[in-house]
Amino acid sequence: MSAVVPADGARGLVSDWASDRQAFHVPWGKAMMWVFLLSDTFIFGSFLTGYMTVRTSITAAWPNPSEVFALHIGGAQVPLLLIAIMTFVLITSSGTMAMAVNCAYRGDRTNAATLMIVTAAFGELFVTMQAFEWSKLILEGMRPSENPWGAAQFGSIFFMVTGFHGLHVTGGGILLLIVAYKLLHGDYAAAGSEQIVEIVGLYWYFVDLVWVFIFALFYLW
Amino acid sequence: MSTKTGQQHPIGLYLKIWLLLFVLSTMSYLVDYFHLNGLLRWGLILLFMVLKAGLIVAVFMHLAWERLALVTAILLPTFGLLVLVALMAIEAGHTHAIRQLFFR
Repeated sequence: MSAVVPADGARGLVSDWASDRQAFHVPWGKAMMWVFLLSDTFIFGSFLTGYMTVRTSITAAWPNPSEVFALHIGGAQVPLLLIAIMTFVLITSSGTMAMAVNCAYRGDRTNAATLMIVTAAFGELFVTMQAFEWSKLILEGMRPSENPWGAAQFGSIFFMVTGFHGLHVTGGGILLLIVAYKLLHGDYAAAGSEQIVEIVGLYWYFVDLVWVFIFALFYLW
Repeated sequence: MSTKTGQQHPIGLYLKIWLLLFVLSTMSYLVDYFHLNGLLRWGLILLFMVLKAGLIVAVFMHLAWERLALVTAILLPTFGLLVLVALMAIEAGHTHAIRQLFFR
């Protein structure tokens, strides 16, 4: 008859936060992954906005990425070749991830786990190529504080943005391998195992999504 | 109450989007390869970028089929970034103008 009086103090704090209200009618893991991805969007958004501010406001000439990231193939300079291959590798990994999610929904755990391992392998291939690119540029004299081609800020932004992205790819690859392992060993309940694959997939597509913006705004601009 | 069915879509849809992403990436690479310049270059880069991002978010990340409450909670805050970009663009332009007076 009378309304329930909420508890006070620490008990009230816990009961208020645990009062079992649901705003988003999706599995909680998915809602939480989206919240995390939104915060990550703001991290990379801030990086790229900072890059825009620096590049617009300096008076020194910005190095031409098309030439800096070119590769010598058979005596000819091919612009951005490695970056283009890296882009295709990452898109391919998104495709295999989509297949993994699809297999998980059809209850095919073995193929889902296999495709997740393939996705992680493409991710590590991407990071390996990035390590090659970093080594090449460092040998050519690029540092966060200076570079031989123009504005010094070019190096600091390159290392920060691609480094943070590479860190995300590496972490995503590890996450994929852990989930694939647990999936193969039947650590997830029969119903709902497809959810965890979809949630890990969200993170992986996000990594690809960030690269779309870095590729367009840093390498092509 | 949570949705029981989740996101299940035909595999052909993913394959088509996958192919489209390859085509769009190739086209944005060709913008650089053919040395397009000026507004055409920037316009094409942004166009291909937005198309690729849209396809990934809408289809791969299933946002096109999620509940509207979740979609708005994800998409609306990101538009706040555009405000930041606009403010910083004005600020950077101003800084550039001042620097040109002193650092020639």
